[in-house]
Amino acid sequence: MVSEHRDNRGEKIPNIKLVAVQWGILLLMLALVAGLWRLQVLGAQNFRSLAEQNRIRKVPVLAPRGKLFDRDNRLIVDNYPSISCFLVREQGHNVEADLPLIAKGLNLDLEQLRATIRRYRAEPGYQPIPIKQDMTADESAFVAAHRNELPELETIDEERRLYPRDGYAAHLIGYVGEVSEDDLNNPRYATYEPGDVVGKAGVEETYDALLRGQDGARDVIVDSHGREVGYLGTQHAIPGKDLNLTIDNDIQKAAELALGPREGAVVAMDPRSGEILAMVSHPSYDPNDFAVRINRAAWSKLVTDPMHPLMNRAIQAQLAPGSTFKILMSLAGLQEGIAQDFKVVCNGGATFYGQFHACDHHHGLVDIEHAIPWSCDTYFYTLADRLGIDTIAKYAHEVGLGERTGVDLPNEAAGVVPSTEWKLRNYHEKWYAGETISVGIGQGPVTVTPIQLARMISGIASDGHFVRPHVVDPAQLPPEFRSALYDSFPGSGVATVPLDPANWMIITEGMAQATSPGEFNTAFASHLDGIDFAGKTGTAQVASHAALKLMKGVDTKPNGWFVGVIPRRNPEFVVCVLFQHGDWGSNAARLATYVAAAYVDKQRRLEHNILEQAGQTKPVEVGALWSNPDGKGGFQGGHFVVDPAAGLQMAKSGKNTPQGLKPQSDSAKLTHGLKPVPSALADEVQPAMIVPRREDLH
Amino acid sequence: MRRMLSFRDFDWTLLAMVLVLCTISVMEVYSATLHTRFTSFHTKQVFWIAGGLVAMFILAKVDYHKLVDWSPWAYGVCLVALAAVKVVGHKALGARRWFAFHGFQFQPSEWVKLVLVLVVARYFANLGGRNLTWKEIFKALALVGVPMVLVLVEPDLGTTLIYMPVLIAGLFLGGISLRQALILITCAIVLIGGAWSSGKVLKPYQKARLTSFVNPDNDPKGSGYQVRQSLIAVGDGGVWGKGAEKGSQTQGYFLPIPYTDFIFAAFSEEHGFVGAILVLLLYFFILMRLIQNAQTAADLSGSLIIMGIVAVLTFQIVVNVGMVIGFMPVTGIPLPLMSYGGSSVLFTFLALGVAMNVRMRRFVN
Repeated sequence: MVSEHRDNRGEKIPNIKLVAVQWGILLLMLALVAGLWRLQVLGAQNFRSLAEQNRIRKVPVLAPRGKLFDRDNRLIVDNYPSISCFLVREQGHNVEADLPLIAKGLNLDLEQLRATIRRYRAEPGYQPIPIKQDMTADESAFVAAHRNELPELETIDEERRLYPRDGYAAHLIGYVGEVSEDDLNNPRYATYEPGDVVGKAGVEETYDALLRGQDGARDVIVDSHGREVGYLGTQHAIPGKDLNLTIDNDIQKAAELALGPREGAVVAMDPRSGEILAMVSHPSYDPNDFAVRINRAAWSKLVTDPMHPLMNRAIQAQLAPGSTFKILMSLAGLQEGIAQDFKVVCNGGATFYGQFHACDHHHGLVDIEHAIPWSCDTYFYTLADRLGIDTIAKYAHEVGLGERTGVDLPNEAAGVVPSTEWKLRNYHEKWYAGETISVGIGQGPVTVTPIQLARMISGIASDGHFVRPHVVDPAQLPPEFRSALYDSFPGSGVATVPLDPANWMIITEGMAQATSPGEFNTAFASHLDGIDFAGKTGTAQVASHAALKLMKGVDTKPNGWFVGVIPRRNPEFVVCVLFQHGDWGSNAARLATYVAAAYVDKQRRLEHNILEQAGQTKPVEVGALWSNPDGKGGFQGGHFVVDPAAGLQMAKSGKNTPQGLKPQSDSAKLTHGLKPVPSALADEVQPAMIVPRREDLH
Repeated sequence: MRRMLSFRDFDWTLLAMVLVLCTISVMEVYSATLHTRFTSFHTKQVFWIAGGLVAMFILAKVDYHKLVDWSPWAYGVCLVALAAVKVVGHKALGARRWFAFHGFQFQPSEWVKLVLVLVVARYFANLGGRNLTWKEIFKALALVGVPMVLVLVEPDLGTTLIYMPVLIAGLFLGGISLRQALILITCAIVLIGGAWSSGKVLKPYQKARLTSFVNPDNDPKGSGYQVRQSLIAVGDGGVWGKGAEKGSQTQGYFLPIPYTDFIFAAFSEEHGFVGAILVLLLYFFILMRLIQNAQTAADLSGSLIIMGIVAVLTFQIVVNVGMVIGFMPVTGIPLPLMSYGGSSVLFTFLALGVAMNVRMRRFVN
């Protein structure tokens, strides 16, 4: 082949240039190798975790919240299954454009939906945004039908709170809601994430850390479009802890009904332990409205309502105690050694420091034994004058007035106990001796909460042993939670104030006298035949006489108070009733009798119920004698151990096998209090014949 | 003495290495498209490779001197085609780079590379390897510059840059002096700097792509997304790789276009540092083998043709792998023999065909 390029044949590229090119290529290649080394050998760990973050998405598995039971294991707050809708911002899909369709399908307000999404802007993209709770069947169907058009929507089954209706124990239980932005900035909520449900009031708030449990997660593998392409595993949710409240549903119910439509509060407590048996505040609200997100209008109606339905009056109403304060006055007078020999002639009032202070009656000669049941104002005016404000304040603080009780509910109020120092601090004025007079009958600047009064009276009637009121038995709580709880709810708590036994007797006798029939006995309305129910009424003006004239259209009737204990000394039960604008303390006393009667009624029933008497855990020994079932005459006898838990279970399930009844014919094992059955009889026992009926177990 | 032209002189070693790379390519295209709607791409790639092999053998039969003689005509056709694609071309991804023809897309800028290699080789071979005058240098600049400008306005920045090594190799091997080279480099820096800051030559997205590789985390969802995901993919592979079809970046489609421009990232994730080094070694040996062929070529034009091809391939390999490991900006330059795509595969095989052509005629007198 001949080519015209032949003349080029001799010319060649200098070898050195080709070698240079080879070295150049080698160096470039080495640079690439170095880059690969840096990424794949040195940085592998880091990049692997980045790749994992890319592909693994945590889909929350929501923990069911702990249920709430009353002290007898009766369910108060339950959960119910519900479907929530979440929005997952995935890259590459324009969520913004879909919002109108989503809003329409899920019946959401478009602007509100946009606002919700805006709040999550700073959160990582894989974090799902909750946009709709408690979806209806139609809304779930909408999401299912638009799976392809709206891949960003995800539904999650969760459990939702179901509260008692009609505001039953609403203030005590509280409610839950989505954690607010303000909460999230609070270090207490450090472990919470936006969208978490959190207790907002009452027990739900105080015990949130226990009730909420721990959400789990499903680790799913996704592609770059956020589509689920695989599944790695599940961290199971740890359900919230169920809690037993100290509330007794029977007493709570009685208290709710007793207060009815009236404005006020009822607190019933076991003075020996501080367990709250009932806590009612009216007007109430329906916490179920909060379980699903409450709408703005309903919320603002609740907050602006002049009746303050959200306020828990039992621990937050700070009102003049009226004559219930005379218990404290008596205690102070007796402890100071003044009241014992101190007599006053009551002529319907008396003049102090140039001002006349009235009494309801002309009681005549009054000593401390009569002053309490008669609630003679003149007596206590004089006593207050003798004691002076600072002595009164000292005793008031000793019995927990002017201080939080430390009840395990949020936002307890402390009330006010005036003193010279208090006035100086708050008004920069000196205390006038004339001001002490009305404090003597629980008027003037002194204010208390119902729970303070309940704690005070129980402590005085229990020989000075004061308790920390609580609505959840601390025995169920983990130790570290318990101690943290006491720190976060400081208050007077458990305390012992040494009382002279004679003084304690005089006061409790006076309170017992008050509820007994008698001309001047103020708490006669609370008399319960055959029951040792001792108490003290109080009627407290809501404003001074001068102010009353200015107030029009506002209910200015005095508040009625009653505090009572059963029995009068070392009581097992205390009830405090606040009946706002109830006109007279005796009206409050009448309401209290319903609660007291419910308590007594329950105690009587319990005494006839072996199972409940034994509690739910301890087995009970029972002796029984019955006629022969074959009709031939004669008796059979037996001795049994009844396990209440198993027995109740059986009775409920309706099974015939008496697992709860274990025949124990060996009489040598019998313990105290039960006479051994004669062995001749015991031998005849045929355990199989003992088939309990439902009634037998109740 | 005349020898019969024989395929015994064909570079079978080179072809073997090329086919190993092609096999790796088909496997990785298969893996990277496994769960996507592109699942059939690996079979298409096999067809492209087969077609490329046929084209290579055919081209090897035609004397490269004839190719060199025809190259001015081909050059003219190329300029017309480049101008036409701007007017009637198929628009995709914001740029007119393709002719759509019976369902096939045809990207003329790929073919211009090969023609340019021939034209430049012809030009410098005719100059005979002696010292270059400035006039000759400017003629060379114009020769490459005209198609470059035409491609730049498509706009296809990546391919524009591929033409540069052809020019540089031609000038370097064709006899430019050190002084001339320094002056040219200085001018180039001034020109590029001016073009960059004037803001008229490059579109903003091109600028963002060119700079985001320095710190992809600044805009992880935007311009830095591709680089960031690519780095994660490569790093995720570690030393031994996650195994074929097991790379989460690749399979989850976090890695953008893992079967074309980012195929090396996909391969590195699934086969690790060891696999990546093996591929780079194959490329190195292929390039060394080509340079050896240039050395033994019968004449200057043959040597220059092969060295032009070496320049183009080296540039593409370094820029693509550099992009995947974060050393270079994202330019859309495919990895020869690995990336999926007909134009790219055909160009590479045709280029190899020309190189074989030169080798087969090394003893032809």
